Amino acid sequence: MSIKLEHVTYTYSPGTAYEMHALKDVSLEIPDGQFLGIIGHTGSGKSTLIQHLNGLIRPTQGRVLFDGQDVWAEGYDLKSLRSNVGLVFQYPEHQLFETDVLTDVCFGPKNQGCTPEQCEERAREALRHVGFPEELYHKSPFELSGGQKRRVAIAGVLAMNPRVLVLDEPTAGLDPKGRDEILDQLKELHGTRGITVVLVSHSMEDIAKYVERIIVMNGGQKAFDAAPKEVFSHYKELEAMGLAAPQITYIMHALKEHGMDVDTSATTVEEAKQSILAALAERREKQC
Amino acid sequence: MGIIKAAKLVFDYLKYTEEGKEPEVNRAIDGVDLDIAEGQFIAILGHNGSGKSTLAKHMNALLVPTDGTLWVDSMDTAEDDDVWKIRQKAGMVFQNPDNQIIGSVVEEDVGFGPENIGIPTDEIWKRVDDALAKTGMISYRKHSPNKLSGGQKQRVAIAGVVAMKPKCIILDEPTAMLDPNGRKEVLAAVRELNQKEGVTVILITHYMEEVTLADKVYVMDSGRIVMQGTPREIFSQVDTLKKYRLDVPQVTLLADELAKAGVDIPSGILTIEELVNALCQSN
Repeated sequence: MSIKLEHVTYTYSPGTAYEMHALKDVSLEIPDGQFLGIIGHTGSGKSTLIQHLNGLIRPTQGRVLFDGQDVWAEGYDLKSLRSNVGLVFQYPEHQLFETDVLTDVCFGPKNQGCTPEQCEERAREALRHVGFPEELYHKSPFELSGGQKRRVAIAGVLAMNPRVLVLDEPTAGLDPKGRDEILDQLKELHGTRGITVVLVSHSMEDIAKYVERIIVMNGGQKAFDAAPKEVFSHYKELEAMGLAAPQITYIMHALKEHGMDVDTSATTVEEAKQSILAALAERREKQC
Repeated sequence: MGIIKAAKLVFDYLKYTEEGKEPEVNRAIDGVDLDIAEGQFIAILGHNGSGKSTLAKHMNALLVPTDGTLWVDSMDTAEDDDVWKIRQKAGMVFQNPDNQIIGSVVEEDVGFGPENIGIPTDEIWKRVDDALAKTGMISYRKHSPNKLSGGQKQRVAIAGVVAMKPKCIILDEPTAMLDPNGRKEVLAAVRELNQKEGVTVILITHYMEEVTLADKVYVMDSGRIVMQGTPREIFSQVDTLKKYRLDVPQVTLLADELAKAGVDIPSGILTIEELVNALCQSN
C-alpha cells in the first residue's frame, strides 16, 4: 500500500517553443503512514510532482503506481484514487463556496455518494480533527478569519477520508500560533488515523520539526531524499539551490567552529538545547 | 511630526445584513497612536485579524479613519484633495506578487506609475532605470514578468513603487509566498532602500527573523498597539509574545530555553553571533 513514481518525466507544452521539462526521471516511493516533507525553490517541480500523486496530471513518461497498480492503465478508477489521495492546494480557502461551514465540508463526501447523515457525520469529524469550534459550524465561511478558513478547507478534504493527505504550503500567510496549531493537528491525525501526510513547505524550521523524511527537488530532479538530519547536513548545497537549513543548524555549526563540542546534526530547538547543555556540563567538568 | 502619525485612530468595518437594518460593527482599529520618524525601518507584528493590514491600508489612504486622524507627511488622509499626493508619498506592496503586476514587460510595469501621474517620457525612463537598479532587477528589464520567480516579481513590484519616488514604503507580508532565497532577495532590496536612500520602511510580517533588522517593532492585538520597542526589547519577552499568538526567532527561543535551564545568558539574543559569544564566555 503505497504511492510509487517510476521514472516520471513531465514536460509542459511538448513540441513547442515553450517546451519545459518540469520533472526529469523522478523515481520515488511513499510508504503507507509516512510523514514526508518536500522542499525546493519556486519552479523546482514540487507542485508538478504532487499533482502526479492523485492523477491530476499524467506523466509524459514513466508510471505512477498506487497500491501497485498503474493509475494510468486502461480502466483504472481515477475517481477512487482522488478519494484516497486528498490534495490541499495553496490558499485552499479560495475554494470555499458554500453558504455555511458544515455544508461546505459536506461537499466532498456528498460527491462520493454518501447519504446526508453520513456526510454530516464525516464533516463533523473532519472539523473536529482540525480543531474548528462547533459554534461556528453554521457561519458563512466568508466571515471567518484566515486561519479558520484554512482549517475549513483542510477539513473539506479530510471529510473524504483520504488515506494520503498532500498539502501544498498549508501554513503560508498564517500567524505563528495558527501555523503551529495546524501542523500539530496534522501530526495528531497522522498519529491517530495513521494517514500518510505529504507536506510541501518553504519553512525549513517547520519541516525539521515535523517530518521523518525530506525530498529536496531541484531543477525537476530529486536532489536529496533522506531523514531531516542527513538533508540539513548538506546546508551549503541547499543554499546553492536557493534553500536553507533551519536557523538551529547554523547556530550549531557556528558553535562547533568556536570550539564547543555540540551535535551539529540537531535541527530543532529542543535537540539543540540538550546538546548545548551537555557540552557546557562537560566543559565545566574539565575545568574543575 | 514624523512621516506617518496617527492619533486615536479608529476604524470600523460595517456589515450590512438586511436592507433597512442597522449594520453590524466590527472594530478593526481601536485607538492607535503612533509617530514614525522619517528614514526609520519599522516592523509591525500581530496575529491574523489583529488589525495590521487595516492599519497599513490607512497609511496610503486606501482606507480612511472612522474616528481619529492619520497624517502622511503632514497631510490628513481624510482630505479627499490630498489622496493622490499621499499615494505618491507612501507606496504599498502586497503579499501576492501576481496580483500587482500589470505590464507585459518588466520595464513597462515599473513605468506605469510615473506615466499615470504625467511625468515626461525621458524622466519616466530615468526613473525606471533607477528603480530597477536599486532593486537589483536591471538585467531583467526586457523580461516578461510571468517568467520571473516570486522573489523577482516582488522586487519588480517594489521597483514600481520606487519609481514613484515615495518617502515611505509599506510592505504587507511581502515574503509570505516566497521560498527562502526569494525572501532574502526581497529583504535585501528593502533594506538597501532604507539605508542608502533613506526611504522609510514599514514591514508587516509573520517571519520573526525579518524583524531583527528593524529600528522599532510594534505588536498589534485586537486593533490596538500592545507592545512597542526595539527588536531586542520585544524579543526578550518570549512569554508575552506567545500570548499574542506570536513567536521569536529560533536563536532567541534557544537562548531563552538555555537561560531557563540555568545557563548564564543575557535576554533578547537576536543573532547567531550574539549567542555564540554569550555561550563561549559563559562558564
